[in-house]
Amino acid sequence: MTVPTTDAELNTKLAPPISATLDSTARVDLLRKEATRIRRSVIEMIGRARMGHIGGDLSTTDILATLFFAVLRIDPSNPTTPERDRFILSKGHCAAALYSTLALRGFLPVEALSTFMQPLSALNGHPNRRKVPGVEANTGPLGHGLPIAVGSAVASKLKSSQWRTFVVLGDGELQEGSNWEAAMCAGHRRLDNLVAIVDRNRLQQGARTEDTNQLEPLASRWTSFGWETVEIDGHDLAALYDAFTSPRNGKPKCVIAKTVKGKGISFIEDRVEWHHKVPTVEQIELALKELA
Amino acid sequence: MAAPSAANPSLFDCRQAFADTLIALAKEDERIVAVCNDSVGSSNLGEFQKLFPDRLINVGIAEQNMVGVGAGLANGGFIPFVCGAGPFLTGRALEQIKVDVAYNGYPVVLCGMSPGMAYGELGPTHHSIEDLSWLRAIDGLAVVVPADPAQTRAAVRWAVAAETPAYLRVGRTKVPSVSPDETNAFAFGKADRLRDGKDLTIVATGVMVSRALAAGAALADQGLQARVINISSVKPLDDAAIIAAARETGAIVTVEEAMIEGGLGAAVAEVVVRNAPVPMRMLGVKGFAPTGSAEFLFDHFGLNSEGIVAAARELKGR
Repeated sequence: MTVPTTDAELNTKLAPPISATLDSTARVDLLRKEATRIRRSVIEMIGRARMGHIGGDLSTTDILATLFFAVLRIDPSNPTTPERDRFILSKGHCAAALYSTLALRGFLPVEALSTFMQPLSALNGHPNRRKVPGVEANTGPLGHGLPIAVGSAVASKLKSSQWRTFVVLGDGELQEGSNWEAAMCAGHRRLDNLVAIVDRNRLQQGARTEDTNQLEPLASRWTSFGWETVEIDGHDLAALYDAFTSPRNGKPKCVIAKTVKGKGISFIEDRVEWHHKVPTVEQIELALKELA
Repeated sequence: MAAPSAANPSLFDCRQAFADTLIALAKEDERIVAVCNDSVGSSNLGEFQKLFPDRLINVGIAEQNMVGVGAGLANGGFIPFVCGAGPFLTGRALEQIKVDVAYNGYPVVLCGMSPGMAYGELGPTHHSIEDLSWLRAIDGLAVVVPADPAQTRAAVRWAVAAETPAYLRVGRTKVPSVSPDETNAFAFGKADRLRDGKDLTIVATGVMVSRALAAGAALADQGLQARVINISSVKPLDDAAIIAAARETGAIVTVEEAMIEGGLGAAVAEVVVRNAPVPMRMLGVKGFAPTGSAEFLFDHFGLNSEGIVAAARELKGR
């Protein structure tokens, strides 16, 4: 590990691999390639482990790709450097997508992914910061990520630091009340260094969100809690990038990313039963073909 | 100094010792912040707020968020003292304590204010009598119960230095000083032998320690020599002190301001049965309390000198 000694060195170390100076078309091309690599990795991991949460992994992939390859200021060679941006996956069950992203970004060896959920593997079904570099918070029970992210954002303000905190929330997860405690707190404190991304795939484990415990009107709910809220296509890589990099305006930001659960695999997309169903060997081959 | 009680100048509210020490340390260490749930007054953080307005983060009445925010602040390099009335901090935010603090390994100091039955007349909703049982089962979380102001001061200093997930009971019920050594009053993982005896051992924690000492004196008048041990580090427990007590005195009475199921008595029993089985009696809170002050409820549940003496005599058959 080398410790940067100047601001310029620190900036170089923390800069994302896809440069901010690229034009949008070139950036989106690169991001799409990374997203496809993540999706292929997820399919392979779940196929091997015979366990996992494939639907949510695939709905959140484009968000993760955009953040880790074009937005987050982080340093895989020094994962806890104090000025890094923080990323928290509140929907911790989508660990396969996170591990794949972290591996492809250089936080852990790609070969380690084959140990996903194997006995004694660091790669548990839900992420553990004490075992996996790049993980900021152990998540799994829902409704935990946003409060921790609020604390991290307050810490950055207290230190007059520039780091930002990004947290990905499931949409079904928003039925947990702790999210709204944290949303109220962030709005009150005008934490404009905080970005919450809702993976709005409209499905939860057992049914559609709107048939279970209605979330709509979701955007106006966030807005009424004091957040700047945008609704975008959660698979539009240019829109995601723009939403994550737009200037701060004195409020925390909620990006409602309208996604498709199981995105990218025709027979998995938008089907409740694929929350944590495991594909057969034939289905894995088909899925990898669709991603070729 | 801790504020003496108006009624009895030799009794102290440990919250003042807590606040004074936190402020003194915060002046030297910018990593120290306080987080609370609309409890600036009841957590005795008013002076802290005056001195460090930015470092007092009042999240409002939202305990789950409060503990999560504490974990996030620790992620950002701070040492947060997360303060709230014991029942709400531990009961409402139990999963956050388990996951956000202990499983993550973040150095958050959870301060259960006014624990036990300090809010006597407010009733069982406001009593924190399950906290020792709940939190003792959480891996990696220290459980500390200071018995007096000197121990409270020392425990706060320990928590800052240790940088480990910890739960600290900060008492509101007024207590006398029981620490023989004011400057070295708390050693993490260590029990304090406050009185020696060969016939039995009384193992007490927190508010019950002074009552255990009174019982020890009363038993001596009745011909029974009781060893009295103060357990301020409920987890980790000083196993060696418990095993020695069992082997050397042959009988143990535990006494705590908490439910018997899973609390200090259970912790002591776990060590005793594995290492040196001896007869035991466990005194503690037996169920949801009726209406009454803390002192009334101590008497109601036999958590007083007379109750301890009776248990000891029954245990010894004399």
